Parts: sequence; structure tokens; C-alpha cells
Amino acid sequence: MGHTVTMVGSQSGKAESPKTEYTGSEILLRCLIEEQVDVVFGYPGGAVLPIYDSLYEGGLRHLLARHEQGAIHAADGYARATGKPGVVIATSGPGATNLVTGIATAQMDSIPMVCITGNVSQELMGTDAFQEADIMGITMPIVKHSYLVTDVCDLPRIVKEAFHLASTGRPGPVLIDIPKDVANARDTFHYPKGVSIRGYQPTSSAHPLQLARLREVIAEAKRPVILAGGGVVTAGAEKELITFAEQTQIPVITTLMGLGGFPGQHPLWLGMPGMHGTYAANHALLETDLLIGIGARFDDRVTMGRLDKFATKAKIVHMDIDPAEIGKNVNTFIPIVGDVKNVLQAANVDLPQSDSAAWIEKVTGWRESYPLCYRDSEDRLKPQWVIRHLYETTGGDAVVTTDVGQHQMWVAQYFHFARPRSFISSGGLGTMGFGFPAALGAQLATPEQLVISVTGDGGFQMTNQELAVASLANIPVKVVIINNQNLGMVRQWQEVFYHKRYSEVDLSGSPDFVKLTEAYGVKAWRAKTKEEAITAWAEALAHPGPAVVDFWVAPDENVYPMVAPGKGLDEMIMGDEKA
Amino acid sequence: MRHVLSVLVNDQPRVLARVSTLLGRRNFNIESISVGESEEKGLSRMVIVTHGDERTMEQVQKQLHKLIDVIKVHDLSNHPAVERELLLIKVEAGPAARMEISGVVEPFRAAVVDVGSQNMMVQATGERAKLDALIELLRPYGIKEIARTGVTALSRSMVQGNS
Ligand SMILES: Cc1ncc(C[n+]2csc(CCOP(=O)(O)OP(=O)(O)O)c2C)c(N)n1
Repeated sequence: MGHTVTMVGSQSGKAESPKTEYTGSEILLRCLIEEQVDVVFGYPGGAVLPIYDSLYEGGLRHLLARHEQGAIHAADGYARATGKPGVVIATSGPGATNLVTGIATAQMDSIPMVCITGNVSQELMGTDAFQEADIMGITMPIVKHSYLVTDVCDLPRIVKEAFHLASTGRPGPVLIDIPKDVANARDTFHYPKGVSIRGYQPTSSAHPLQLARLREVIAEAKRPVILAGGGVVTAGAEKELITFAEQTQIPVITTLMGLGGFPGQHPLWLGMPGMHGTYAANHALLETDLLIGIGARFDDRVTMGRLDKFATKAKIVHMDIDPAEIGKNVNTFIPIVGDVKNVLQAANVDLPQSDSAAWIEKVTGWRESYPLCYRDSEDRLKPQWVIRHLYETTGGDAVVTTDVGQHQMWVAQYFHFARPRSFISSGGLGTMGFGFPAALGAQLATPEQLVISVTGDGGFQMTNQELAVASLANIPVKVVIINNQNLGMVRQWQEVFYHKRYSEVDLSGSPDFVKLTEAYGVKAWRAKTKEEAITAWAEALAHPGPAVVDFWVAPDENVYPMVAPGKGLDEMIMGDEKA
Repeated sequence: MRHVLSVLVNDQPRVLARVSTLLGRRNFNIESISVGESEEKGLSRMVIVTHGDERTMEQVQKQLHKLIDVIKVHDLSNHPAVERELLLIKVEAGPAARMEISGVVEPFRAAVVDVGSQNMMVQATGERAKLDALIELLRPYGIKEIARTGVTALSRSMVQGNS
């Protein structure tokens, strides 16, 4: 591809006349600026050399991750903290395939992202050229949509559409694959004002007839319960949900993705349902006569896949922006398709009260009689105590990201989230390695907020190389390692379901996390007792930059309550602490 | 139950891959898919024959709708529709058998489209069951090759007067 020298000004003595032609990569960056992107995460390589050359001009902040997976999870964390699409750039072939886990993670949790990959020049495509991978084909089942740009003149429209698709309706990741020749080709630049995508018209407001039916069933219900999911957070419907629950007097259960969508301090809140859910939440689901799902998808970590035991006495109302979710997992009595914020706003006009006084007394009674509990210890640090300590010392005023495993469940159980977008976790895909880079993205998105990354000693080692980014950009994330020296959640399953045959869960050989962190120029502490924990955490909080605290906790602690896979919600194992 | 879905899609590269990836991933079974131009420039019509109960069919349609390149999904099983498939079949046929084979295919309004020294090719169109029956009748002569297009279809109410 012939590189032409950029034409600036002219020989005629006129001062710099504005450029009228740009390369594909310059056009791409201009589009990103038009979309008000303030930071992109990425990693360069051959096929994106033109893009990185344009980045060199400045004008757009780029953070160099240390692995493309780190870059994409950071972009994801940024998106989860703000609701704005996260943007990531990777090169062709291995760069692109390193994004795959991150794309699937975003897709499963409906997170808006624009993923830009370079590809080999079009004349080489299909020849197994150096670093060629069919990333469109590879990611087809895990994107909301994808584009291969074959002509530079399509680029502005495609970028505009990609941001629109990523962030509207049910959000999700959109891939834009840009062959190198397109990045080098030249064109004028006009950014389109709007988009018109014929096959894409998300339903935004609810059908009035269904709302009328909803009012009727609420008025009749004796044991109603709300199951609020990630859709409440995505839609920003937290205020509407509070009004809805308070006016109808219906208790609220929040799924993992719904945590923060309804305040964890509210008297009507029953906690999280499902595999590691509370007694009150699970028993409410067993006995309810009216289950109102709001932006929740009734997945198997909630229903345990035992639909014969799930809300069997209930009429199910399902509000969701995605019509395909309705009826997918459970039979629905009243389907309400729409953006749940709009739906709730419309529903909140003229809401009846349900006849739920006795029921509320019953479920809140469960909450008091069967609280979450663990056996504390004076000589061993307990992971639940650590999470509780984080909650108490911050007053809950923090954005907390988690990785995947036991610590994730303990955060969900013991840190009560008051605000949406304050709990950031890979719910659907359960991606280890997600939490720490996601925290970096979340912190960049919300510089004023305290951002805590709670992670396992296993998961942290999947992406801890991003400490370099925290260090270099001085991103003041506080990393909390719940260090139980093994792959805790897997160990727990092996203990409970595989007769304590602990197969490949011992993390011996892990580095000294304090030294590792310090090697990146980041401050670190270690705590093995409550006293040490209190001091270390206070110092880490007081430290203005990034910090890592390595909490050595009891290695054999399990997450309870627990419902074994294949069992119904009525078969909760309450744990060794509680009958 | 068998369903014939008529799906209007953007005529974009990979659109067939998007649809078939989706159907495969969601575990929906496919009897046939055929794609071709539609009445509108830039759009193709895909005809998908699939099996499933009502709930599965609802899911199939909703999931198809989620694809950005899918414009419209229509279940033709709910309407009067015309369904056709094209069959080409090469049968062993020495000079002696030719007359007889021509006689067999005639009631099917099939045509002999090629004759070689030891075989002949028959072309037939119709509903799937009719073509299946024709194949069975020709089997005793020795079938050398078969090619079928899969079903294509249009609803009668949509395209009046076109049979
Ligand atoms: C990428 C990936 N690989 C494997 C798993 C399976 N897995 C789920 S939890 C877990 C253990 C996590 O251990 P650790 O990070 O130490 O956290 P803990 O459970 O001890 O809190 C594993 C291996 C996963 N979720 N993600």
C-alpha cells in the first residue's frame, strides 16, 4: 500500500489549510472522538500499525495493557462503571484471538463495547497470511454484531452504527475488523448524524394492555416477590424500582448482576437468590404466588435448572428489553417487553398495593432467623470477615469489582451495595482474570470514586501483569487478594461433591504477592491476622496511589448457603455453622 | 411439528453464516436452508425448514430477529403457502431402460434434461414428499447422483396469483 505524505498547507504561500483527506486510521480516531471516547485500551501489532501511527498524533488517550485480555476487561470495567461503550484495539491474529474471552464476557453480561481489530490487507485475506485469523467468524456467536470494513468510505457509518448497536436495546459487544489496506486508504471525513438500521428496532415502551394485567395480578397477590436483574442496572431504573416495590409493598430479590440495582440496605431487600443465595430469597421464590422478573433472565444459577421446583405456585411476570428472553427459560404469564426504566415508569402510575403484609412479615422473619453467617476466628483471618471489614470501613461507598470464585460470592453476600454500577463482576461467563483489569477501567471512568478489586490468588495471577498499567498511569485501585492458597471454589466442590479428592487446586508456587507488586513499583501490604488486616487496609486506603493488600485467609473456608447443582432451591445446605 | 420460515435478510457477506451459527448454537434443528435474491435489491430471502414445538419455534423466531441482518421473519406454516424444491437425479439407464424411465417420471411432470450412453438425468420440482416418492420409484434402476435445492416457499396471501 503506497503511503502518501500528508498534505499540509500548499506551496502557494497560504497558511495551513485544513486537511480534507484522511487515512482510514485517522478517520477511525476522528470517529472515536466524535463518539466522545475519552480512553481506549489496546495493544499494537503489525496490522494496526497505521492506527497506532495515527494515535501517535495525540488527541485520544490510549492505555497500553500488558495483554489484550487485560485491555478488553479494562474496557469492560469502564463500560460497567459508566454505561458508556468501552473501546479496545488489538492487532490481527493473536491480538484478536486474545480478545475472545473478553468479548464473550461482555456478551454474556450485556455490556456495551466496541472492539476494534486490525486484519491483514484484503488481498491477503483467506490465504493464511502471517497473523491472519478469521476473527469475524471466530466471534460470530459471541457478539451483538460485527463488521468487516472493506472500503474506507464505509468506516464512519460503521463506527456510528457500532456505537449505536453496542449501547442501545440490550447492549453488547460489537466488533469492527479493519484490514490494513483500509486503514491506509484515504477519504474525506464526514461523521453521520444518525443511524438507520432497518433490522434493528428495539422495543422501548411497554404494551398498555400488559400493564393493566400487571396491576390486576398485583392487586390479587398475597405472596408477591420481585426478582431484579442486571437489566435494572443497565436501564438505570433503580429509582423506578424503589417506587414500584414500595408502592406495591413487594419484597425484592436481586440476582448477582442485579446487585446495587436495589439498595442492599432497604427493608424490602431479601438478598441474592440461587446457588449461594440467602434462605429468605430462595424460600420466597419457592412460595411466591406472583414473581415479577425485571431485567433478569432466570438462568440456571438462579433456578438451578430445576423448573419443577422453581416458583411453581407463581404467576410469572417478565419485564425485559429482549423479547427472546421472555419464555426462554420459564413460562411467562404476563410478558412485558421494553426498556425496564420506561416499563416501570409507566407501571408506577396508578399502582395498586398488594395484600402482602403477612407475607412481608414472613419473609423478613426468614431474613432475621436465617441470616448469612460464618464462624469467625480470633487466630485465623476469615475471608467473610475481610469483606465485612471492607464494607464497614468504606460505609459501602465504593465501586467493588470481583474476580470469579469464592471471594466473588462472599462479596455478593457480605458487601451490601447501595447503588447501581457499584458492583462489577463477570456473572454470565464467570471469567477468572476479569476483576483486576476491570477495576482499572472502572477507576479511569470514575476518578473520584474509591475502586476496590477483590480477587482470588488464582484469578489475580491470570491478569496481574496489568499492575504495570496501574503503576504507570497511577490508577489508585485498591486490590484485595483473598489469598486462600488454592483455587477455592473448585476446592469447595471437590470437598463437597468429590469426596475431598483435591485435584490440582493447590496454588503452591504462587509468587510472594507483596514482592511481585513492589516489583511493579506499586505499594503492597500483607495481613495474616485481624490486627494486621485492620492496619494494612487503613494504610492502603490512605495511600493515594494503587495498592495491593494480600490477605492470608483460612484456606478451607466454604461458601454457604449452597444449593447443589441439580437440586431445588428447597434443598439448601446451610453450612457447618448452622443447622 | 415441521415449520417453514421465510426470513428476509440483508444481502451481506456472512449472513448465511450468522443464521446457521445461531441455529446451530441454540440447538435448533434444520432440515434445509435455501437462500436467494428477493423482490428487493439488497435483501435476500432465506427459507428455513425446521422442526420444533410451539415454544421452540417462538424462540427460533425471536433469536433470528436479534440478528441485526435479519429484517423480517415469517412462519409460513401458519398461512397458505406454496412450497417447492428442485431435484436433479442421475439414474443408470442403458438404451433399453430409457423409455421405461421416461414413463415413470412423466406423471411427476418431471423432465429428462440430459442423456448419456449409460445414464440419464431427470429434473423435477414439487413438494418434498413428491420428490421423495420419485426417488423411490427410480431407485430400482440405480441412482448415481442426487442434488436437491432444499425447500423454497412463498405465502399465498403475500404473492397473489403466483403459483
Ligand atoms: C478462566 C477460568 N478458568 C477456570 C475457571 C473455573 N474456576 C471457577 S472458580 C475457580 C477458582 C478460583 O480460585 P481463586 O481465584 O483463588 O478464587 P477463590 O475461589 O479461591 O476465591 C476456578 C478455577 C474460571 N471460572 N475461569
